Amino acid sequence: MNNDEIRASLLKRSRASKNEIFGKVISGICITIIIGVVVSIFYFVASKGLATFFTDKVNLWKFLTGTVWNPSTNDAQGDPQVGALPMIVGSFSVTFLAAIVATPFAIGAAVFMTEISPKLGKRVLQPVIELLVGIPSVVYGFIGLSVVVPFVRRTFGGSGFGILSGTFVLFVMILPTVTSMTVDALNSVPRNYREASLALGATRWQTIYKVVLRASVSGIITAVVFGMSRAFGEALAVQMVIGNAMLLPGNLISPASTLTSVLTMGMGNSVMGSLSNNALWSLALLLLIMPLVFNILIRWIGKRGAMH
Amino acid sequence: MKKRLIALLGLTSLLVILSGCQLKQTGESITAVGSSALQPLVEAAGDRFTEDNPGQFINVQGGGSGTGLSQIQAASVEIGNSDLYAEQKSGIDPKDLVDHKVAVVGVTPVVNPEISVKNLSTDQLAKIFSGDITNWNKLGGPNQKIVVINRAQGSGTRDTFERWVMKGRSTMQAQEQDSTGMVRQIVASTPGAISYMAFPYVDKTVKTVNVDNVTPTDKNVQINKWKIWSYEHMYTNGKPTGLTAKFMTYILSDTIQDEIVGEMGYIPIKDMKVSRTLAGKVATINE
Repeated sequence: MNNDEIRASLLKRSRASKNEIFGKVISGICITIIIGVVVSIFYFVASKGLATFFTDKVNLWKFLTGTVWNPSTNDAQGDPQVGALPMIVGSFSVTFLAAIVATPFAIGAAVFMTEISPKLGKRVLQPVIELLVGIPSVVYGFIGLSVVVPFVRRTFGGSGFGILSGTFVLFVMILPTVTSMTVDALNSVPRNYREASLALGATRWQTIYKVVLRASVSGIITAVVFGMSRAFGEALAVQMVIGNAMLLPGNLISPASTLTSVLTMGMGNSVMGSLSNNALWSLALLLLIMPLVFNILIRWIGKRGAMH
Repeated sequence: MKKRLIALLGLTSLLVILSGCQLKQTGESITAVGSSALQPLVEAAGDRFTEDNPGQFINVQGGGSGTGLSQIQAASVEIGNSDLYAEQKSGIDPKDLVDHKVAVVGVTPVVNPEISVKNLSTDQLAKIFSGDITNWNKLGGPNQKIVVINRAQGSGTRDTFERWVMKGRSTMQAQEQDSTGMVRQIVASTPGAISYMAFPYVDKTVKTVNVDNVTPTDKNVQINKWKIWSYEHMYTNGKPTGLTAKFMTYILSDTIQDEIVGEMGYIPIKDMKVSRTLAGKVATINE
């Protein structure tokens, strides 16, 4: 072999490097498409949602604090009645209440699965909880409508539709998410923490309570926030049980509404480009921003947890 | 690995190509979008139409009257179904739209079967829905709180009800549901509930109420004795041509009007003894 041939074979692209370029191009294209889709969704929702404030000149403050939602009519000052406060309050109440109810159950189940009986937990509890994730939300809503609503009506009075029913349904829906993430958090606590604690003479309960749970606090909070962001975005199941009345909820058993339920109900009945449609897009924009806030919260918690 | 990737890509592109093919191979088709109240009727008529005219298809989609009107305005579909006159919907320019009234549907108040009240005046009904009357005992019924259930804002049924019952009074904020099926289920199971729905949806689980001593029957709608009714509109953008025109003639033909429209609980347009304009002016039709 003379020098030129060696030189040529070295300079030529080998099979492996061609493969590498091929792979890079494919993944590059995929990533570009995904980024493009995300950016265009944001752009589309923002342009439609902001039109309420720029084109229709609705005051942002009035939108966030107004209590009357009736986009087709004007109030005494001639401004359109697009007060989103009842829905904002409704959405946040069901989300927080569901999270508050779900957290103890999730932590209990997770502790059982990781600390007390990992075998039984893995074989029985985990599949059951994973099964809950797979149930479509319309099924939850239907069960809510035919079981939870009459139950609430008989036990607490009222029509049965309201935040309380929504909370019960969402509780079951976010439980699997929160539980499985809490399990991960507990599993990531190093083994030597437990061993050290037991060696010091602590009981199992003391170890769980004072060591394992304390060490995984940031992980558990992340799990809860994740569950909340799922609850916040849930539309169908909540819509079926909450009653959809655009009223500031006076108590837990009077009909209320959430951002998502108003959105799904109103979309088909309004005309693209009209104020009532734009106002719905503004609600969609709010729904898009909230998961962002939740995500930032999760990252912030993660960072704080890492420092300790 | 590479082979698999290529196979996957090939499969995906094949799917894309095939799904494109499907539209072409089925021959001629038009799309009708809109009102969910009208959807079952158009679907049934469309199926019959395809039976009689093989290779010509009518795609029917729901989505609500607002969707129907805005889609037909943008000319992105051939037919827009609506419970409302295009003029009644804000954001719609009715200039280019051609109205085809294909049927009439009556709307009746319904209550939970346990409520013994049999008759309400229009005024009482309006007071219930505006929140001025809140207990059935004021209307001769049991001491039971009234639970008002509305349809979603912008729904055709709600607009019809508000126009002929509320007459400008505003409806109070109350529970809203976006489908008649949900309304029926909730009225049937909630004590003291009242709502309203189109005649075809009424069944044994809910109870209808007479208004001003008139029973909600097709006969009473035909002579406008029962005032809460609306036309079912199918709008086309400009004068219908080709398959669209053929289908419009078909759906207004005697066979369809007698067999399908009547059977499904709507009132055939040719059975109407009166006509009513957009402004609400009623005139007797002379045969």
